[in-house]
Amino acid sequence: MTQSSARPTPASPTPPGGHLLEVRDLHVEFRTREGVARVINGVTYHLDAGETLAVLGESGSGKSVTAQAIMGILDTPPAYVRGGQILYQGRDLLTRPEEERRQIRGTEIAMIFQDALSALNPVFPVGWQIGESLRERAGMSRADARRRTTELMDLVRIPAAAKRLGDYPHQFSGGMRQRVMIAMALALDPKVLIADEPTTALDVTVQAQIMDLLADLRRDLGTALILITHDLGVVAGVADRIAVMYAGRIVEHADVRALYRAPAHPYTKGLLESIPRLDVRGQELSSIRGLPPNLMAIPSGCPFHPRCPYVQQVCVDEVPHDLVLGDGRTSACHFAQEVHDDSAG
Amino acid sequence: MTAPADATKVRGETILSVDHLVKHFPISQGVLFKKTIGQVKAVDGVSFELRRGETLGVVGESGCGKSTLARLLMRLETPTAGRVTLEGRDLLRAGGADLRRLRRNMQMVMQDPYTSLNPRMTVGDIVGEPFEIHPEVAPKRSRRQRVQELLDVVGLNPEHVNRYPHQFSGGQRQRIGIARALALRPEIIVCDEPVSALDVSIQAQVINLLEQLQDEFGLSYIFIAHDLSVVRHISDRVAVMYLGRIVEIGTEEQIYQRATHPYTQALLSAVPVPDPEARDRQTIIRLSGDVPSPADPPSGCHFRTRCWKAEEVCAVQDPQTVPRAADPHPSACHFAEVRTDV
Repeated sequence: MTQSSARPTPASPTPPGGHLLEVRDLHVEFRTREGVARVINGVTYHLDAGETLAVLGESGSGKSVTAQAIMGILDTPPAYVRGGQILYQGRDLLTRPEEERRQIRGTEIAMIFQDALSALNPVFPVGWQIGESLRERAGMSRADARRRTTELMDLVRIPAAAKRLGDYPHQFSGGMRQRVMIAMALALDPKVLIADEPTTALDVTVQAQIMDLLADLRRDLGTALILITHDLGVVAGVADRIAVMYAGRIVEHADVRALYRAPAHPYTKGLLESIPRLDVRGQELSSIRGLPPNLMAIPSGCPFHPRCPYVQQVCVDEVPHDLVLGDGRTSACHFAQEVHDDSAG
Repeated sequence: MTAPADATKVRGETILSVDHLVKHFPISQGVLFKKTIGQVKAVDGVSFELRRGETLGVVGESGCGKSTLARLLMRLETPTAGRVTLEGRDLLRAGGADLRRLRRNMQMVMQDPYTSLNPRMTVGDIVGEPFEIHPEVAPKRSRRQRVQELLDVVGLNPEHVNRYPHQFSGGQRQRIGIARALALRPEIIVCDEPVSALDVSIQAQVINLLEQLQDEFGLSYIFIAHDLSVVRHISDRVAVMYLGRIVEIGTEEQIYQRATHPYTQALLSAVPVPDPEARDRQTIIRLSGDVPSPADPPSGCHFRTRCWKAEEVCAVQDPQTVPRAADPHPSACHFAEVRTDV
């Protein structure tokens, strides 16, 4: 299934008319008093209608910053986009005026945040907050907005929706607040939903409920989903494809099943191996040595080389390109094939 | 560093026993004339034993009382009722020098490595602070050397003794917290979510360190966490808490393979398995609703409002955490059964 010939760029099959959303060679830096942190260093990924892409990474890998760049909600300063394109239906969002981007936010691309309690306004009822975009953006009357808000709350399965319109965020549990956030994001019927760690703050039983809801919504409404997470377990359940980020780059990109079966980047392999599993109980867990890189001084060559068990001189000297391993999967490692074969064997 | 090896200390004997521990926090109302209008039943009758050299995992969702339990054991909170016996002495009634000696034997590793270390103190001062309270453990002139040994034991560079917490990463800070807990050579360490604030790649390093220290020093751990796969990896026995009570307790195998309490079964089934192929075979038990408020728990079995097996008896009769016919480990369910559909 794999081919050993290495081509410099990934050959992702582009559907006629292009991808729904495409991030191309994005660079973002944070200018701080201590220096310049290179947070995103050439991220490329795409999303087609109705599919779920998981973006996996640890803290500081740049997964949320990429999403903020897509939404156009980066804090500038300190964050500056240094290069690249974000194409939505072929239009480069980065070159559009703020007014046009505002039109796209919410109606075309919407976002759900991790911490629903701080993302909601504590002094307004949730019904009013969900209805805000319906009144302001869709120009609905208050009565219509109210009716639609109740429908949305039903859609995300908030019990007794009509009675709870006037309740405030603190009167909802964590899981219910996250549902309110999802209802808000869906209000204007966006084609792309970006969920940034939507279940990280929730308990496992509630987490399962929210992930089910997201999967159902995607099936019923056909919304494409970018799921940003650090949790390898959450990804396995819902995503079609997965992009693994490290030090502001996509280091591996593959179909979910192919990736879990045999990771082709040493970082992904290390992550999967460091999860406690039944067959390693009572033994030492394998761990990734060292620490994530300082983004103000990213290591030369491959940014993962100081922590990598496969490291050779070439890794220190040369930045690895994305190697295509067949099935459209790529790995930014000089020894991708070897790593893949080791994992598969 | 020498292990507190002692021929009289047998691995497997009971070192700590907790009997019907209760902590109710009052809910008060009024500004001038405060009156108590209710009780949050954070810990509501918890009993278990900890054996020498073992790891007892405590799992449960937020609000189940697992962190209050840790604070009660450390006597950071005063229990409403119950008994905790350490080294044959009642920890809850001990005072003065007696309490100080008992406290030396039980230390804690906190969840958040960012807020549990004083940013104005050097690592050396943080790790050495226990010696200020218990000077008999290390005489003043040998302290610096002891602190450096401790840093070495937890895998930090002993030369970094004069650095401040902000100069370390999250995983390294958790190592500092562990070094501080080890300083007095305790036999028991209570770990309250020690790895949940850390990235996956760093979690494994800290778990390995805890296991290695256990082997080296014969430590007993109470390991509180919400991550069921981490708990499974490290624990010999596991207690499952729900709304202030232990609903099921047993060996790792009994809990993970032959759980008889519906809550444990639902909790285990909801764990996101990091393997898409295993995911296809996974049958998730979907619980409806949220955990009820501990200020107003349901009558009888606390879990009955979310349980698919609930019958009338569950509302009337409080199930005891006792061995059940289905499997000989304690489970607090009238209808305890091993799940057969997996």
